[in-house]
Amino acid sequence: MTSLNVLVAVCMAYVILLFGVAFAADRLSSTGRTTWLRSPLVYTLSLSIYCTAWTFYGAVGYAARSGLEFVTIYLGPTLVMIGWWWGLRKLVRVGRSQRVTSIADLISSRYGKSNTLAVCVTLLAVIGVTPYIALQLQSITLSFDIFAEADPVSRPGEGSSAFWVACGLAVFAILFGTRNLDANERHHGVVTAVAIEAVVKLVALLAVGVFVVWGIAGGLGDTLARIDASEIGVWQVDHGRWATITFLAAAAFVCLPRMFQVMVVENDDERHLRTAAWAFPLYLMLMSLFVVPIAVVGLELMPEGANPDLFVLTIPLAEGQETLAMLSFLGGFSSATSMVIVAAMALSTMVSNHIVMPIWLNAQGSGASVSGDVRSVVLYARRVSIAVILALGYFYYRLSGGGAALASIGLIAFAGIAQILPALVGGLFWRGATRTGALVGLTVGFVLWLYTLLLPGMGAGVIAPQVMEHGLFGLSWLRPQALFGIAGMDPMVHSVMWSLSLNTAAFCIASLLSFPSPLERLQGAQFVNVFDHSAGPRGWTGSVAQSEDLMIMSQRIMGAREAQEFFQSEAMAQGSRAYLPEPTPAFLERLERELSGSVGAATAHAMIGQIVGGSSVSVEDLLAVADESAQLLEYSSRLEAKSAELSRTARKLREANEKLTQISLQKDAFLSQISHELRTPMTSIRAFSEILRDTDGLAPVDKTRYAAIIHDEALRLTRLLDDLLDLSVLENGQVTLNMGQGRLVDVLDRAMATALTGTDRPLRVRRHRGAERIVLRTDLDRLSQVFINLITNAQKYCDAADPELSVTVHDVGGRIVVDLIDNGSGIPRDARKMVFEKFARVGAEKAGGAGLGLAICREIMQRLGGDISYLSGQEGGAFRVSLPVGMEIAAQ
Amino acid sequence: MKGPAGEEAGRGPLQPPPVFLERQSYRRRRLMDAARLLPLMGAALFAVPLLWPTDEAGTVRMSAAITYVFGVWAVLIAVSALFGRATRQGGDRQIAQEPER
Repeated sequence: MTSLNVLVAVCMAYVILLFGVAFAADRLSSTGRTTWLRSPLVYTLSLSIYCTAWTFYGAVGYAARSGLEFVTIYLGPTLVMIGWWWGLRKLVRVGRSQRVTSIADLISSRYGKSNTLAVCVTLLAVIGVTPYIALQLQSITLSFDIFAEADPVSRPGEGSSAFWVACGLAVFAILFGTRNLDANERHHGVVTAVAIEAVVKLVALLAVGVFVVWGIAGGLGDTLARIDASEIGVWQVDHGRWATITFLAAAAFVCLPRMFQVMVVENDDERHLRTAAWAFPLYLMLMSLFVVPIAVVGLELMPEGANPDLFVLTIPLAEGQETLAMLSFLGGFSSATSMVIVAAMALSTMVSNHIVMPIWLNAQGSGASVSGDVRSVVLYARRVSIAVILALGYFYYRLSGGGAALASIGLIAFAGIAQILPALVGGLFWRGATRTGALVGLTVGFVLWLYTLLLPGMGAGVIAPQVMEHGLFGLSWLRPQALFGIAGMDPMVHSVMWSLSLNTAAFCIASLLSFPSPLERLQGAQFVNVFDHSAGPRGWTGSVAQSEDLMIMSQRIMGAREAQEFFQSEAMAQGSRAYLPEPTPAFLERLERELSGSVGAATAHAMIGQIVGGSSVSVEDLLAVADESAQLLEYSSRLEAKSAELSRTARKLREANEKLTQISLQKDAFLSQISHELRTPMTSIRAFSEILRDTDGLAPVDKTRYAAIIHDEALRLTRLLDDLLDLSVLENGQVTLNMGQGRLVDVLDRAMATALTGTDRPLRVRRHRGAERIVLRTDLDRLSQVFINLITNAQKYCDAADPELSVTVHDVGGRIVVDLIDNGSGIPRDARKMVFEKFARVGAEKAGGAGLGLAICREIMQRLGGDISYLSGQEGGAFRVSLPVGMEIAAQ
Repeated sequence: MKGPAGEEAGRGPLQPPPVFLERQSYRRRRLMDAARLLPLMGAALFAVPLLWPTDEAGTVRMSAAITYVFGVWAVLIAVSALFGRATRQGGDRQIAQEPER
C-alpha cells in the first residue's frame, strides 16, 4: 500500500514541477521565445480547465447514478466550439479589440462602461464560483482520505489537507497570476502549467479506462455486454434534464469567468479557435469515453455503499494497481488545481478592477493625478482577492460539511453563471440592448436562481420548510420549486427555465423601453459591428486634458518606463518632437484602452474622465463616428455626383463646340451660296443689258425678249432677297406674328389657290374638307405661306405621270397634324436630313427656287409653336405639319 | 442620364461588393455556411435519443446508446476538423477582415 507520505511526496514533486514549468514559461516569454507557448495546441489544452475535479471524479458517479446523462455536460461545450463561427469568433474579436480583462469587464464595457453592471456580474460570479472552489477542495480532500484510510500509519486531522491545498493554490495563483498588472497580457506561466495539467488528467483518465476495459472487463465486447447487464444498462433519461443541461453547459462554457479567462483574455490569436473548434471537442470526448465502463465495473466490483464519485481512484486501489491509482490521483489533483488557480485569477481581476479600485479611487477624492503608485494598490488588491476567494471557498467547504449537498453544486453554479448569457449575447448581437435592460435582466435572473435553486439546494434549513411547502408569505404560486403553480418539474429544469426565460424577457423589455446614453450606443455599435469597424470611439475632447497629468496618472498605473515609452511613441506618431503628445481624442482613446487592460474599462474611463473633465460624447460625435461606413458611402456618392456633373458639363461643352464649328461652316457655305445665287441672275442681267446698250439695230422682238429676260432675272433676285430677308427676320425672332382666327379649311383653300394658279402642270389635290373644319387661332398668313410652299414643291418636284397630292388632317397624340403626301418618288433617303437646311435642293438641275422655301417653312412653324418634318415610309414625298398645341379652339 | 464617364466613376473602390462571386470564393462561402450549420445539425442529432422509447416494451440498450452518442460526437469532430482545414486556405485573411454576411 502506498503510504500517505509517498503520496504527499509525489504531490509535492508534481507541484514543484508545475512551479518549474510555469517559471520556465514565464522566463521564455520574457525573452521573447514564445512560439510554442502560443501554439493552438496549448490554447486548446488550456480550455480543458472546463473539466474540473467535479467532472474528473464526478462524471463516473454521475454515470453510476443516472446513466448517460453525464455526457450532456460535455455536449453543450462541444456544440459551442463546433459553432465557433456563430459566436465565439465575435466574442474573441471583441475581447481582443477592447482589451477586455474579464467577463464583468466585457459586460460593463459593452453597456457604456458601467461599473454598476460590472459589480453585479462580479458578485454573481463570486457567489456562483465560490461553492465550486469548495467542491474542488472537497474532491482533493476526499481523494486524500481514500489513501489515508488505506494507510494505517498516519491519520491526519480531518480536512487539514483542504487547508494546505488551499494555501498552496493561493500561493501559486498569486505568484503566476499576478506577475504583471496588465490583466490583458498573457499569463504564459499559468497557461502552460494548465496545459500540462490537462495532459495529465486526460492521460490519467484514459489509463484508468484502458485498465478497466482491457484489464478487468476483458475487452471491448465484454465491456459492452457488462454495461447492458448492469443496473444502468437501459437507456433511461429525463428528457427535460437532457436538453436543459446540454444548454446550461453550453451557456456556462461561455460565461464562466475561468473559461472566459482562458478562451478570450488569454487568447493570442483568433485562428487558434479554428484548431480548438475540433480539438477541444475531441478532448472532451476522450475524457468521457471510459466514464460509463468505469462506472459499470465499479458498480460490479465495489462493495455496496461505496462512493461512486471515487471509482476512478478506488478501482485501481482495489485491484492493487498503486501506480495507476497514483496517476489517477494526480489527474484529479490536476483538475482541481488548474480550475481553482484560473478561477481565482479571473475572479481576483474582477474584484480588484470593479470593486476595490473604484472604492479606492473614490476614497482618494478627485486626485487621480496625485502621486503614489496605483500599480502596487491594484496588484495588492488582486493578491488579497485571490487569498480571500480561496479562503471563502475553504470556509464554504468547512461550513457545508462537504456532504452530498456540495456535489450538486456544480450544476447549480452553472445555472447561476448562465444568467449572464442574455446580457452577453444581447450585447454582442443586438444594438438595442441597453444598460438598464442588462441590469434588470441580471437582477431578475439572479434573484430567481437564488430563490429557486441555490437556497433550496444548500440543504434543509436555509429555506424554511413551510416556505418550500406553501410558498413565500404563504402564496402557493411562489413555492421555490413550483413557481406559478407549475409543479412536478425537475428542480433544475424548473429553475433554469424560469430564471433564464424571465431574465431574457426582462432584459428585452427593459432594453426596449429605456434609452441608452451616447457612450452606450457607441460601444454597442462597436461590439455588434466589430467586424466592420474596429476603430475606437472618439469619446474625448482633449482640449481640457493636460498631457502632464495624464502622464503622471499613467505612470502610476502602467509603470514609469512603460508609460514613458507609450507617450513617446504616441508623440512620434503625432509627428511632434516634443516629449509629451498632444492630448488628441485619438490619443486619449488609445491611452484609455491601454489603461483598461490593467484596471478594466470602467475604471480606466473614470480615471481619464477625472482629468479630462468628464466624458464628452455628444450625439453629434455619435452620429459622426458610429457610421463611418455611412460617411464613406456619402462621400463616395458625392464624388460620384460631382464626376457625373463634370462629365455632363464636358459633354455640353463638346456639343457647344461642335455647334459653333458647324455654324461657322454653315456661315461659310451660306456666304458662298448666297454669292453664287446672287451672281447668276446678275450675270445674265449684265449680259443682256450690255447687248441692249451696245447692239444697234436690234429687232423689236429681240429687244422685248431681252428686256423680259432682264425683268425675270431682276424678279428672281428680288424674290431671293425677299426670302433671305424673311428668313433672317424669322431666325432672329424679330418677326411679329399677326394672330387671327380662322378655319383650317379656308387656310388650305387660299394656299391652293395661290400655289396652283397659272401653272402649266396640273396637280390634283385630294382633300377631306370635313376633317379640315377646325378653327385655329394663329398667324393665318404665315401658316398659309407654309402650305403654299409645300404645295408648290409638290407641284414642282412630283415626278409622277399623273401628279396627285393628298392632304389629310388627323389627330396624333393629341396634336392636330396635316400630312401632305404626293405620289412621286419622294426625297432620296440621304437627302432627307438636309431638306430643311438653307439652299438645300434635291435636284439642282430642276432649278426653280434658291432652296430656302423649306427652311423658311420650318422657321415659321417653330415660331408658331408647331413643327414640320419629313414623313418617311410613305409612297411619295410626304411632309407632316404639326399644328401647335392649343392652336385649335374647337372642332366643329 | 448617365454618360460613359459617369458609369466609370461609379466603378470606384468604394462600390458595394459584387453580387456574384467567382467559383472558388463561392465554394468557400458555401463551405462556411455548412460550417455554420454543423452545430445545428449536431444539436438535432444529440436530441434524437430523446425520441427513443423508455417504457418497458422497446427499450434501447445502453451499449447502443453509447455507440450512437459517441459516433455522432466523432463524426462532428471529424467534419469540423475537415471544415477547419478546408477553410484555412486563404480563409484566414477573410476571417480577419471580412464582415459577417
